Amino acid sequence: MTFLQLVFYLFSAILVFAAAMVVTVRNPVKSALYLVLAFFSAACIWMILHAEFLAIVLVLVYVGAVMVLFLFVVMMLDIDLARLRAGFTRYLPVGGLVAVLMAVEIALALYMGFNAEPSQVTSALGPDTSNTQIIASVLYTDYVYALEIASLILLTAIIAAIILTMRKRTDHKYADPGHQVQVRREDRLKIVKMDSEKLQPADSSK
Amino acid sequence: MIPLSHALILGAVLFSISVVGIFLNRKNLVILLMSIELLLLAVNVNFIAFSYHLGDIAGQVFVFFILTVAAAESAIGLAILIVLFRARRTINVDDIDMLKG
Repeated sequence: MTFLQLVFYLFSAILVFAAAMVVTVRNPVKSALYLVLAFFSAACIWMILHAEFLAIVLVLVYVGAVMVLFLFVVMMLDIDLARLRAGFTRYLPVGGLVAVLMAVEIALALYMGFNAEPSQVTSALGPDTSNTQIIASVLYTDYVYALEIASLILLTAIIAAIILTMRKRTDHKYADPGHQVQVRREDRLKIVKMDSEKLQPADSSK
Repeated sequence: MIPLSHALILGAVLFSISVVGIFLNRKNLVILLMSIELLLLAVNVNFIAFSYHLGDIAGQVFVFFILTVAAAESAIGLAILIVLFRARRTINVDDIDMLKG
């Protein structure tokens, strides 16, 4: 067993452990933190499998953005954990049985058939091209329409998330900018014409 | 070198764990969303393993798009969750029965 294989099995073990903790741990905050560990181990495995760009993207986008979003939401919600956990132990035997059966079946199907030696990613750019360059060279040519659709999906997600969570507050004061811009001088300022005050003559008794 | 079957079995185990997570936590919407993220991660591991072993970059490009869709899905899912909690003060799936016939 080479050192690389040892590292692969180590990270796989951490990944499986973290995934198991995500679905069994009681506190959703801990669950989100274990999911961070799972994504991080998966990124390390992807790096072993020569997908360096995607490994970095997984850490930056998932651990950096999506999981922080999850943590924020979990901490904002005031949830009744006891009710949500009801029935957990009742479903554990059936769920565990189904999971073990599924994993064993897939493993049996896979174990014999897929033992080919890995072949390096070939690219027209030459043998010493980085993974990022190879992905970029096909992403913006062969897959450019898919890339456009992906950007539209992200735009839809941005708009949907903002529209869904926006609400009109009634308990704080709010100035309408359009109304503010349209204000004319006459609305705010009133000029009153009046005669200037005359200085009273000095007291006559003097 | 890492055999292809071992990476694929890792994906299968991860997939099974996420499915059992959906079974066990079927009342808690947050954990359900996290299980779906794990499911997509398992699929991505398979894509990366095949990309590595077949020497084809297309698998990695697909993982890129799956990551995009998964990020959009979780953002919208969490937004819906926030709106739901604001309206009903609960995220228990059993209490969310407004659409029942």
